[in-house]
Amino acid sequence: MSRTDIGPPDFREMLPPVIKENYGKWKYHEIVKPGVLKHVSESGAELYSVRVGSPRLVSIDFIREICDLADEFCDGYLRFTSRHNVEFLVSKKENVEPLLDALKEKGLPVGGTGNSLSNMIHTQGWIHCHTPATDASGIVKAVMDDLYEHFVNMDLPAKLRISLACCLNMCGAVHCSDIAILGIHRTPPRIDHERLPKVCEIPTVIASCPTAAIKPDPKRKSVKVNEERCMYCGNCYTMCPAMEIIDAENDGIAILVGGKVSNARTAPAFSRLAIPYLPNNPPRWPEVTEAVRNIVEVWAANAKKGERVGEWIQRIGWENFFKLTGIPFTDKHIDDFIFSVPTFRTTTNFKW
Amino acid sequence: MEHNSKKMEVEKVKEHKTPLLDELEKGPWPSFVKEMKRAAEKNESAKDLLGQLELSYQDKKGHWKHGGIVGVRGYGGGVIGRYSDCPEQFPNVAEFHTIRVNQPSGWYYNTKALRKICDIWEKRGSGLTNFHGSTGDIILLGTKTDELQPTFDELSDAGFDLGGSGSDLRTPSTCAGPARCEYACFDNLDLCHDLTMTYQDEIHRPMWPYKFKIKISGCPNDCVASIARADLSIIGTWRDSLRIDQEEVKKYAASGMDIKGEVCEPCPTKALEFDEDAGELRLKAEDCVRCMHCINRMPKALRPGVERGATILIGGKATILQSAFLSWVIVPFMKMEPPYQELKDLLERIWEWWDENGKTRERIGELIYRKGMGNFLRAVGLPAVPQMVYQPRANPYIFWQPDEVKKK
Repeated sequence: MSRTDIGPPDFREMLPPVIKENYGKWKYHEIVKPGVLKHVSESGAELYSVRVGSPRLVSIDFIREICDLADEFCDGYLRFTSRHNVEFLVSKKENVEPLLDALKEKGLPVGGTGNSLSNMIHTQGWIHCHTPATDASGIVKAVMDDLYEHFVNMDLPAKLRISLACCLNMCGAVHCSDIAILGIHRTPPRIDHERLPKVCEIPTVIASCPTAAIKPDPKRKSVKVNEERCMYCGNCYTMCPAMEIIDAENDGIAILVGGKVSNARTAPAFSRLAIPYLPNNPPRWPEVTEAVRNIVEVWAANAKKGERVGEWIQRIGWENFFKLTGIPFTDKHIDDFIFSVPTFRTTTNFKW
Repeated sequence: MEHNSKKMEVEKVKEHKTPLLDELEKGPWPSFVKEMKRAAEKNESAKDLLGQLELSYQDKKGHWKHGGIVGVRGYGGGVIGRYSDCPEQFPNVAEFHTIRVNQPSGWYYNTKALRKICDIWEKRGSGLTNFHGSTGDIILLGTKTDELQPTFDELSDAGFDLGGSGSDLRTPSTCAGPARCEYACFDNLDLCHDLTMTYQDEIHRPMWPYKFKIKISGCPNDCVASIARADLSIIGTWRDSLRIDQEEVKKYAASGMDIKGEVCEPCPTKALEFDEDAGELRLKAEDCVRCMHCINRMPKALRPGVERGATILIGGKATILQSAFLSWVIVPFMKMEPPYQELKDLLERIWEWWDENGKTRERIGELIYRKGMGNFLRAVGLPAVPQMVYQPRANPYIFWQPDEVKKK
């Protein structure tokens, strides 16, 4: 019989001696080169962290491989970052270069620090979820291949955070990313009236609709959907398996831009719609990678040093964002949800 | 004999041709397809997962059935049930459940602990993982119902417990913290561990209207995105003035850094001035909003102040149901010292009010939006302070409490 409620292992058991000795006493850090951080403590002790990109979906053999490296170069200690990178915690300076060589040999990319593109936060997609409008791992691989140079170099105006969510549950911080890739549906749910009364709790389904498009259908002991009010969020399908929303022909990708979570310079901000729809085109999603690259290139060419995507757009104005990127502005970009009013321009201040 | 059986396995991998996925083995970024194939060499479920994913790439849609409730004895959360919608074609992923394993604070590991997890998962599951899920847990990706309890038993023997799922307290997570970062304003790793241990019952046995996430960042850089991804965001801050080492400032200037343009100009409140003649950085501490920009730019010269604690914010969530929310301030400053009693008392008052008043699947942020901040603050006993809003309301539709007006 297993022990319950023991919680996670105490992180203190997982720290290398150099960290235990200098815990809370770090004085400053510097980025030695892309992917390599040096932390210096009050006592003069040094810790090097080598950051490595990971596909996040990894086999146990991958984990064992990085354990071998950590045993060889880091006294058996490593960590993961909040963007799914691996960080080797090196307490001996002379081990840094040999570790970098070993990583190069294994084809693992070192980078993701400073003004670079770090790893993409992403979700399960077709690998393990039942509500996705697109895949996660495949698009991440395609986009990271395409923008690889920006992971291993710090050649961008500021940090670039690209995230992906395979449906608008937005697991992860997709709604607050510099560039967000979001799976969307474009057709209303298809109701299986035979099955619905057997598997769904109708009041919960009705309450799950953000636009109140779902009404009871007492005759059939089922529900009706007012299709004019439905914007295909799929939340009713989350609640009720008899309301199939997935539609391979019409599902696809929306791209949002300009979000951030840090408080540096400007307040945290939501990402906002740039491209309402791009098709799912596995295995390489060329329309998506091209659209993302275009936004990255236009931003990199026009932003001031230190200006993140959203800050750049705030300075030049959305009218210029659409002009410079060549992305068409459509009625889809104008918010018509319940919190739309604060997005309307309530001033004559704007740019031509 | 052993050689033969290995050969047979390799042949079985070839049963599923994966021309679309094979494309994703090309290119410089580490390939998840390669990882899936590595797992598939040893495991039948990983093989069928590849096959089913290839079918998804052909069909441009997922092939997982809706939902599925499975778990381990004594817990109501921690396992996500998943069933294939084409089990005849891919029998080894007919059941393919995910187990969430609570990570150590800050995702620090020794290799012994990681190898132990690998050994258990090699025996009990597909051999595929996510390091990590978005909330922070280790994701053990794919096993059969019968394997859930034995996997949990072995994990627990190895010192690992499950994380949260469903309408419970989800696994708290936190940034690298004072173990590695000089910006950390309190021991966020300890707080994360302490809250996780204090609220084991709330994590393992869902009892609330909906999920509740806690994330803790050591400073306003918010490296775990707590403001966007947690119902309760705890973000380190300081109450006095940031510390300046003028000698180091001079070194940055000597190195050619454009301090005026790169550091002072982006300051949101223009609280910093660089005196180029004296080579000195001057701060109007009362104007500083602790955004971290200048410290980020000059980590050798600038440091957070010494009177440290955290700002507590509430309500962050993703889109469903009433649009995404970013967390907003409810306590501008709270000391963060063990045993964190003030914070725990507040958390428990919040949960009690939410449990009493929340509708099914209503996040705390939506409940506060529905009931109003006034009602929330009165219920949990917090004073209204101007730090809670960007601006006061523009309309006069004000509710007065009966005891605030004269009785007839």
